[in-house]
Amino acid sequence: MTRRKELWEFFASFFRIGLFTFGGGLAMLPMIEREVIDRHGWTDRDEILDIYAMAQSVPGVIAANTAVFLGNRLFGFWGAVLGLVGVVLPSILIITVIAIFFEQLKANPLIAAAFEGIRAAVVGLIAAAAVRVGRRAVKGGFALAMALGALLLSLSGYVNVILIIILAGLAGYLQYRVKGSESQ
Amino acid sequence: MIFVELFWSFFKIGMFTVGGGYAMLALIQQAIVEHGWLRLEEFIDIVAIAEMTPGPIAVNAATFVGFRSASIPGALVSTGAVVLPSLIGMLILSRFWSQYKDSPKVQAIFQAVRPAIAGLIISVAITLGAAVLSAGADGFNILGLVIAAGVFFAVYLKNVDPFKMIILCAILGLILFR
Repeated sequence: MTRRKELWEFFASFFRIGLFTFGGGLAMLPMIEREVIDRHGWTDRDEILDIYAMAQSVPGVIAANTAVFLGNRLFGFWGAVLGLVGVVLPSILIITVIAIFFEQLKANPLIAAAFEGIRAAVVGLIAAAAVRVGRRAVKGGFALAMALGALLLSLSGYVNVILIIILAGLAGYLQYRVKGSESQ
Repeated sequence: MIFVELFWSFFKIGMFTVGGGYAMLALIQQAIVEHGWLRLEEFIDIVAIAEMTPGPIAVNAATFVGFRSASIPGALVSTGAVVLPSLIGMLILSRFWSQYKDSPKVQAIFQAVRPAIAGLIISVAITLGAAVLSAGADGFNILGLVIAAGVFFAVYLKNVDPFKMIILCAILGLILFR
């Protein structure tokens, strides 16, 4: 396969990933594996774990991070750009169409009633995601303090969310320094 | 200038979210409320739509908010801005990854940021929950509370697909709220 054709295949793969995964975040991982390992052999099961670890520990959308890393490794800068465009293009197209018709749709009393039920469901979904992330991330008193502190500061409405994240990172760094000097 | 505001807001959202998915909601909610781009109720609708349509949630939300604020150019600017940190960050970090991943300093920072993000997601659930549950005719939406609790247990304990729960609750809404 020529390089240009393979680059096109790479774009098409990430377009499919964007098109066929619902829910975002970790829900996209099985589809990513099917495309980049099973179908095309661009990476293997060991490397993909490393890529996920990296995609989750640097900021940003996980699927976009994965597209950029693999694209760059396989094809250089333009591979990264094409993978990124591929993974977000389905969202742009689909959501734009929905947004165009959304106001008209909501004027329909049936759809308005359905959305009453859907809104309640979303609250339950977000609560479930919060508890899941919490169970994974909160191990020990320090982490619990970080979670509670962030919750209270955010609910107070006076502190910027970005500042809360920066403060937590700073607290983690300070705790590391204090611990480090104790053990010496 | 709306495009600069959209770009800068969504660039920050992309840059300060670790872990993807729901972790971004707190930042998106804050940006929307701050600029008055959407009502809280519309934000909940976006989360539902983002969950029901394919693609990353943050990208879907960025496209929707951008389109509502400044049509198609707005959608493109917001979506580009939310993924730009991925492009910059991953291109730089993939060079240093081998040193970066085992650095105890970096590990320590993330061990504090991750639980903080969990706390932020809980605060989103509480804020949105309060908005939904106070929307009833008598100021308290008891059916909404029952639906939200049911979805929480089904998704958290039984691992039911969120997409299926949304469809089910749309049908419940048709029956109960008409």
